Amino acid sequence: MSPRLVLVIASLTLREIARRRILWVLLGLSIASVVLVGWGVDRLVTFARAEDVDELQVRIGVSQVLILIAFMFSFVLAMSAAFLAAPAIASDVETGTVSAMLARPLRRAELVVGRWLGLALIVAGYAALSGLLAIAVVGLVSGHTPPSPGVAIAFLAFQSVAVLTLALALGTRLPSIAAGAITVVLFGLGWFAGVLSSVAVVFGAAPLGALGDTVRILIPTDGLWRGVIYGLEPPLVILATAGRNAQAMRANPFFAGEPPPAAFVAWSAAWVLLVLLAGIAMFRRREL
Amino acid sequence: MTDLAIETRGLRKQYGATVALEALDIRVEAGEVFGFLGPNGAGKTTAVKLLLGLTRPSGGEGSVLGRPLGDLGARRRIGYLPELFRYQAWLTAREVLDLHASLAGLPSNRRRAEVDRVLALVGLVGRDRDRTGGFSKGMQQRLGLAAALLGDPALVILDEPTSALDPVGREDVRAIIRDARERGSAVLLNSHLLGEVERLCDHVAIVNKGRVVAAGSLAQLLGEQAVRLHVTGLASAADPSTSPLASFGPVSVDDEGWLVVRPVDPERIPDLVAAVVAAGGRVHAVDPGRRSLEDLFLGLVRDDNADNATEPADDATAPAA
Repeated sequence: MSPRLVLVIASLTLREIARRRILWVLLGLSIASVVLVGWGVDRLVTFARAEDVDELQVRIGVSQVLILIAFMFSFVLAMSAAFLAAPAIASDVETGTVSAMLARPLRRAELVVGRWLGLALIVAGYAALSGLLAIAVVGLVSGHTPPSPGVAIAFLAFQSVAVLTLALALGTRLPSIAAGAITVVLFGLGWFAGVLSSVAVVFGAAPLGALGDTVRILIPTDGLWRGVIYGLEPPLVILATAGRNAQAMRANPFFAGEPPPAAFVAWSAAWVLLVLLAGIAMFRRREL
Repeated sequence: MTDLAIETRGLRKQYGATVALEALDIRVEAGEVFGFLGPNGAGKTTAVKLLLGLTRPSGGEGSVLGRPLGDLGARRRIGYLPELFRYQAWLTAREVLDLHASLAGLPSNRRRAEVDRVLALVGLVGRDRDRTGGFSKGMQQRLGLAAALLGDPALVILDEPTSALDPVGREDVRAIIRDARERGSAVLLNSHLLGEVERLCDHVAIVNKGRVVAAGSLAQLLGEQAVRLHVTGLASAADPSTSPLASFGPVSVDDEGWLVVRPVDPERIPDLVAAVVAAGGRVHAVDPGRRSLEDLFLGLVRDDNADNATEPADDATAPAA
């Protein structure tokens, strides 16, 4: 594999997304939502303080609002990643652009990896920028900063890269709409499995838990989302749940008492690599 | 040793039960313009994709520029204009060419000059900063041709290069193809416009139903010189036994009522006209010429389609060595 050609394709991908204005639309919408969030949190905090609510409670309230915002944001990010990545190869095959490019001394693997690299840079950069902005604005208006914003943003970016890898790999074989739709469904399924296995723990329904856990390993996006929550969860909340209501809190899909295990993080990285390799293998076998 | 740009032996492609290409045998010499003809669905585009390694053959073998099909090294020296395609609409013409120059591995210090050269060649100077999304089909085709000619490739594969062009554009493309040959490129020209192929090509292969039904130089294929005459006042002329033209060659009447002598020695055409006049005939028009490629093509394809597919092609037009 030639690194030069991978970079040529990656920079082509960056240029494509910048030119197609979708990135600017997303960025504009994100900035608008951050402004809205800042305004909302400011109202909330001002109102609570005027009512003499305990400062600790205000902080905890803001931290939970931030987690909810991050959830919404991770969803938007996953959708964007899916719909940016699904057509990256699929639509070039549909328009015949890819035949003109692959007649050159360009390996199919170089095309897929170059596309992946360009998209991953965009999506991770976008996650980092908008995430930091949201955390900073909330910090500014409420005085609350999450314990490890870097961890939260890294997991947010990781989750979006996992989603984009899946959409890109499916798009090497399927039409772009199908690849995008399947990715979104699988992402939703992963999240649902996460909720299901939490509920199963509370009710002691072991088979259900096992099923949920299996899905969460096959689609690691939900596990990565737990990493985002962990980075945003104040230690106080974690301590408070260590008591007798711990089981109930664990069923909450917006709570994480511990970071994702290192083995899970390693597995997620391997999963991204395996999905990418599967995409390359499918694309190499494809008749153009 | 003669350098071959393309050689295939029994190249075959099957998609499930559908045979797209039954057995392709062609030889394209280095530096020649080779016409690759056939009706829709004959397997021409499939053959081109096999040559470029975009699909894998189901059987047979082939080489391009002395390397196996799809070889990266060979692809460095091939320019390709696909038939149905769109370039990235959000790139300018110059950026498309720059991308292809860089994919082809052209050294970066030569790229700009080379892009300028091909832009001038296809007449896109002044439009090079425009996005290709706003280009007409004809301009897209010119851009595709420019991309195919980047870096003087040893082999240029053009799949219907003039389908979207007006007559002026077609004439330009003919000049461009001749120029490419002069610069040493072999050109595989896949076209429906038979007049164009006839004017440009050194050798031709006609494919039908996935195999070659005729191949050779134009002189070999269209070799027989003929003459057509529009004559009145000479009723006996068409009868071979009494015709004053019988001594010049076999005489027939075509569907427009013209007399046709084929084959004929071109040197004797003035004598032939004099003989008609001497016999009392009035000559309105004389059309010297050989069989057109179009006649040959239509005849071959119709005969082939009428025949049972298992019968071999006519010997006289069998693939030339």
